[in-house]
Amino acid sequence: MIVSLDLFYVLVGLLFAACALMTVRDRTNPRRFTTALFWGLYALVYLLGERLPPAVAGVLMIAMALVAGCGLVKPGRADVLPDDARRAGAARLGNRLLVPALAIPVVTMLGAVVLKDVHVGARFLLDPKNLTLVSMGCGSIAALALACWLTRATPLQGVREARRLIDAMSWAVVLPHMLAVLGLLFSEAGVGKAVAHVATSYFPLDSRLLACAAFCVGMALFTVVMGNGFAAFPVIAGGIGIPVLVGVYRADPAVMAAIGMFSAYCGTLMTPMAANFNIVPAALLELSDKNAVIKAQVPTALPLLGANILLLYFLMYR
Amino acid sequence: MHTTVNLWPLLGIAAVAAGFLLRANPVLVVIAACGVTGWAAHLPVMHLLESLGGAFIKTRNLPLILLLPLAAIGLLERFGLKEYAQSSIARIRSATTGRLLTVYLLAREVAAAFGLTSLGGHPNMVRPLVAPMAEAAAEARHGALSEPLRQRIRAMSAATDNVGLFFGEDVFVAFGAIVLMQTILKAEGLDVDPIRMALWGLPTAVTAFVIHAWNLRRLDRRIARESAGETAAERAR
Repeated sequence: MIVSLDLFYVLVGLLFAACALMTVRDRTNPRRFTTALFWGLYALVYLLGERLPPAVAGVLMIAMALVAGCGLVKPGRADVLPDDARRAGAARLGNRLLVPALAIPVVTMLGAVVLKDVHVGARFLLDPKNLTLVSMGCGSIAALALACWLTRATPLQGVREARRLIDAMSWAVVLPHMLAVLGLLFSEAGVGKAVAHVATSYFPLDSRLLACAAFCVGMALFTVVMGNGFAAFPVIAGGIGIPVLVGVYRADPAVMAAIGMFSAYCGTLMTPMAANFNIVPAALLELSDKNAVIKAQVPTALPLLGANILLLYFLMYR
Repeated sequence: MHTTVNLWPLLGIAAVAAGFLLRANPVLVVIAACGVTGWAAHLPVMHLLESLGGAFIKTRNLPLILLLPLAAIGLLERFGLKEYAQSSIARIRSATTGRLLTVYLLAREVAAAFGLTSLGGHPNMVRPLVAPMAEAAAEARHGALSEPLRQRIRAMSAATDNVGLFFGEDVFVAFGAIVLMQTILKAEGLDVDPIRMALWGLPTAVTAFVIHAWNLRRLDRRIARESAGETAAERAR
């Protein structure tokens, strides 16, 4: 393929390298050297990628975690225009400001739907295995180009603004990535099997309602722990859904699966482990409470989990 | 089940739970949990490092969706995208925070159900547009907001994006979750039509919309109540 994911890995690597450089030179940052080290190490992960020996990458990840965990990653001073300048910009540019913002989803859609099968010679134009991500990368570049043209700013200013946002999120940027690593380690170590074993051996599944409740709550709880419904589904469906609900109570597998996955999503709404949905937005929106998004979601997630148990109970025979 | 299952790796889960309860830095919690899990599963140190490093490299596609739009969005913010979003919503008289977010919830959920999951998201929609609009709708009606209320509105904007995405996308047949469920059920000898799985997601998708829309109405009432309380307190002073 011509546009592959590797291109965007390099771009993101360069972005982090630029962050590191700008941070080293930023005397207003009280921790400029350790902060630059953090972003510099992350740049290496993207720039070198598979060329890094796995053990070295492991050491690198632990080093990053220690730097961040000891509170050595701090934001620098953000250079923002004064309020009136921004208000004047909004008045001058008006609706046109929306064009680059909407270019991201529009180009992503175009890439994923229209350019999906386009070949140049024998090669795919867009990497077919990572179609959405690659399309979104193209959309982001198009949006940056449009934004530069519209505001007469340089792409370098765009990099400075990206650094401002990355600085504001701080180590929360790497949390989803590290949690994904933990998830993979959990499955390698057999955590899923152990949970399924405990669930099936110690919980009462001898009435249909209890079995439905154990299945839905199990999905949600396991997702809270793993941070990902995709990790919970195979374990709980294999432990309770298929042997008990389908095997004993003759439930329709399609209903069991659909409602099971949605119960897992109720768990996703309630866990800091799903950092990219819950913790990163709190950082991105500059909320003082890192769990504020979770707290806003619990009043939706819990009633919905209850509703799922009832829906499964009444719909499982179609 | 007569095969013995090693229950020690569950300590990894305990480490995560303890870490979050003690409010330790989440990045440190993750690393500690990695160490505990590796130790409980009897992985040699070198093997553990290689597993971690290999996984770290392999999953580096995950943060891209957050990082790629930042340069464009940051630049637009510098030139007043938030201020634009706020002034345009303030002109709509009937807009309230709750109504605005309900419309966004519906749009996000329906779009996701048709596979258009990229129409939305925290970096490219919520931070620059949805959250500022939700704040401005409340300000236009009730004047300046207290800081806790402002943060609550922002958190609710992020929550609305999540709820719309989660309970919309699973109704879309070509979505990864449906493919995953089909693969797993097939491995267990159950052949299930993906379209039926998507359809049986609909009752939950509708329920999710109703429950969250109701919570958004509660947010509207809370905004009205707290603002009224504040004005009364000011008058008393």
